[in-house]
Amino acid sequence: MLRAIRHKNILPAFSAFRAFSSSAKEMTVREALNSALDEEMSADPKVFLMGEEVGEYQGAYKITKGLLDKYGPERVLDTPITEEMALICLLNILQAGFTGIGVGAAYYGLRPVVEFMTFNFSMQAIDHIINSAAKSNYMSAGQISVPIVFRGPNGAAAGVGAQHSQCYAAWYASCPGLKVLSPYSSEDARGLLKAAIRDPDPVVFLENELLYGESFPVSAEVLDSSFCLPIGKAKIEREGKDVTITAFSKMVGYALKAAEILAKEGISAEVINLRSIRPLDRSTINASVRKTNRLVTVEEGFPQHGVGAEICTSVIEESFGYLDAPVERIAGADVPMPYAANLERMAVPQVEDIVRAAKRACYRSVPLAATA
Amino acid sequence: MSLSATKFVHPITAPPSTRSSDKPLFSTFFGSNHTKLRFNKPIVAAQRRSSSAASTSSPVVAVSDVVKEKKLKSASNLLITKEEGLVLYEDMILGRFFEDMCAQMYYRGKMFGFVHLYNGQEAVSTGFIKFLKKEDYVVSTYRDHVHALSKGVPAREVMSELFGKATGCCRGQGGSMHMFSKQHNLLGGFAFIGEGIPVATGAAFSSKYRREVLKEPGADEVTLAFFGDGTCNNGQFYECLNMAALWKLPIVFVVENNLWAIGMSHLRATSDPQIWKKGPAFGMPGIHVDGMDVLKVREVAKEAIERARRGEGPTLVECETYRFRGHSLADPDELRDPAEKAHYAGRDPITALKKYLFDNKLASEQELKAIDKKIEELLDEAVEFADESPLPPRSQLLENVFADPKGFGIGPDGKYRCEDPKFTQGTAHV
Repeated sequence: MLRAIRHKNILPAFSAFRAFSSSAKEMTVREALNSALDEEMSADPKVFLMGEEVGEYQGAYKITKGLLDKYGPERVLDTPITEEMALICLLNILQAGFTGIGVGAAYYGLRPVVEFMTFNFSMQAIDHIINSAAKSNYMSAGQISVPIVFRGPNGAAAGVGAQHSQCYAAWYASCPGLKVLSPYSSEDARGLLKAAIRDPDPVVFLENELLYGESFPVSAEVLDSSFCLPIGKAKIEREGKDVTITAFSKMVGYALKAAEILAKEGISAEVINLRSIRPLDRSTINASVRKTNRLVTVEEGFPQHGVGAEICTSVIEESFGYLDAPVERIAGADVPMPYAANLERMAVPQVEDIVRAAKRACYRSVPLAATA
Repeated sequence: MSLSATKFVHPITAPPSTRSSDKPLFSTFFGSNHTKLRFNKPIVAAQRRSSSAASTSSPVVAVSDVVKEKKLKSASNLLITKEEGLVLYEDMILGRFFEDMCAQMYYRGKMFGFVHLYNGQEAVSTGFIKFLKKEDYVVSTYRDHVHALSKGVPAREVMSELFGKATGCCRGQGGSMHMFSKQHNLLGGFAFIGEGIPVATGAAFSSKYRREVLKEPGADEVTLAFFGDGTCNNGQFYECLNMAALWKLPIVFVVENNLWAIGMSHLRATSDPQIWKKGPAFGMPGIHVDGMDVLKVREVAKEAIERARRGEGPTLVECETYRFRGHSLADPDELRDPAEKAHYAGRDPITALKKYLFDNKLASEQELKAIDKKIEELLDEAVEFADESPLPPRSQLLENVFADPKGFGIGPDGKYRCEDPKFTQGTAHV
């Protein structure tokens, strides 16, 4: 069903028109990431992968499938806890070590791509991501740059509980010195990962586990081995004129579905896929709000100090006079993720929440009291 | 994991007395055989400090003794030539005088923030770093001024960095604890303890990668990671020992065990205070050396660095040393026993080297005084340079956050935006 919606409604605003003919190739996000890694590793011998289970296990989520066979164990490094994968608690243990090693290797011109099994485990290594990767270029006054990519699934999966479901976009995006990217479709995944690997700065690449298996149509341009998306530019997934909905990662899919539902009720929603959380594409967001005069931000993470908070403030600072309604912010519930399926559904934004918020912004419904 | 021959041997059966007095050239360097030093709590410190660890099963033998036995058979009994001796002396004097000057400048208000001085530990820095090539890497902690100087960063640049001026080695953006120099391959300068160890392991990994995967000829750079005794209780240290031994990385882990982590005594904090033992647990040699004696440190350093360069893997070296000043210039240093401080002041590495040079007629009083004077003048000039240097301009605030600040990665002409000659200009307007 998702595929059908996308075929009809996607018109990228600023890039060349792409014909979604019936013979368009489809690619899953997993294949997109795998092909991006493959191409970048073959183009530049300094690129290497490091992480838990990336080698012999073919990747915890099979993103790095086939790469060990193709490039050998010197370029696809399983970090030492491989044999202990059965003990879930020990999976976290060696995070700090191999992240710092990745940073040290990056100091000297190698281009490591460090995989975290999920970004929750990156908290063990966050000292190295922030203090040695993000701040090094500044502390050394430009002498030492760190061309490293930290990638892995971020945000909630299905029923994995509180310690495996947090979204880290806001945490990393608040730190100067890091670039934070979050792809949605296969095109995003390919283009942004290639740009991240080629970028001379530390990049935190937030994927989403539930999107890995989803497939999206890709054009021939996307399949080209030098295809790259610019870092710091958002994409307008769907044009509209009544309300702007910003989202990233899995929430883009929900926002598009919500836009479909709103269209039936006569509200034309413009959906922006942020793609880049840091640097945030404030100009695209503001231009859109100046056109539609209403804003709804959607994210999966915790509401306080989140990505939506930053977008709302940016719009209020720059386009206050253009707003016709208060800005609406949709985020995950302000609780650690519960395990029970119905509670989990309530803790993550759903399509109905986005529809409701958009209608509130358009003064089409009775305003609800904000939930705690 | 094969160890190189006889050099790193901990003979179980050798009696304790082989260590001390029957080697005339070295007896003064051993210091006294004091076994009891008082600390806050009456812990059995004896075994830690006594040279042969009478209560442990495997006494430690100074490597220099092993080497010395071999050398006694050769023509010259001396471990260093005159030129080498003067180089060592000059480097240690530079370190000592520089740190003393830092203290002066701090109390005059020219330097600020956190300043951690290295007085007393110069033998470790000089002993190890003077064996490195320019391309070899050094990673240090917040006590990094002297490592920077030994590695070749000019004193005036380090002084300016400490004053926070634009002419510092990091343009004033790093400060005392974050000395970086790409030209001299000094990779910092880290405030968190243990933070530099994985970074050093990564640098060693990169030289191995360049040699084996990228097939660059001559990529045999060795990395030295310096850190303290407190760090040896930190998880990252063990993770890196494991990975370095597993991947046989060209790295030497140098523990500057000065017995104190700010005010926490090593013996109170550590279940097994003999850090060198942790090396063999991970499959690498663990060596204990007297860090107040630059010649002994040199012998161990030579072997460890050459081992790494040959590709035989990492080594853990524990240098028993002491810092004469407090943890930082803000530390009142009240917890350490004055008797302990006096004991180590008597083992001052500079005094010891001086005595060795005189006793073996390698240098005269005048030559050493000339070096002292030269270093004093160098430092006066460095302070003057730092004083007169300008503060960083306002526009520098937003520079250097990214190597590619426009953030788009690839420009319209297909090249990286960071290749644009104007890339150091920030994108925001202040």
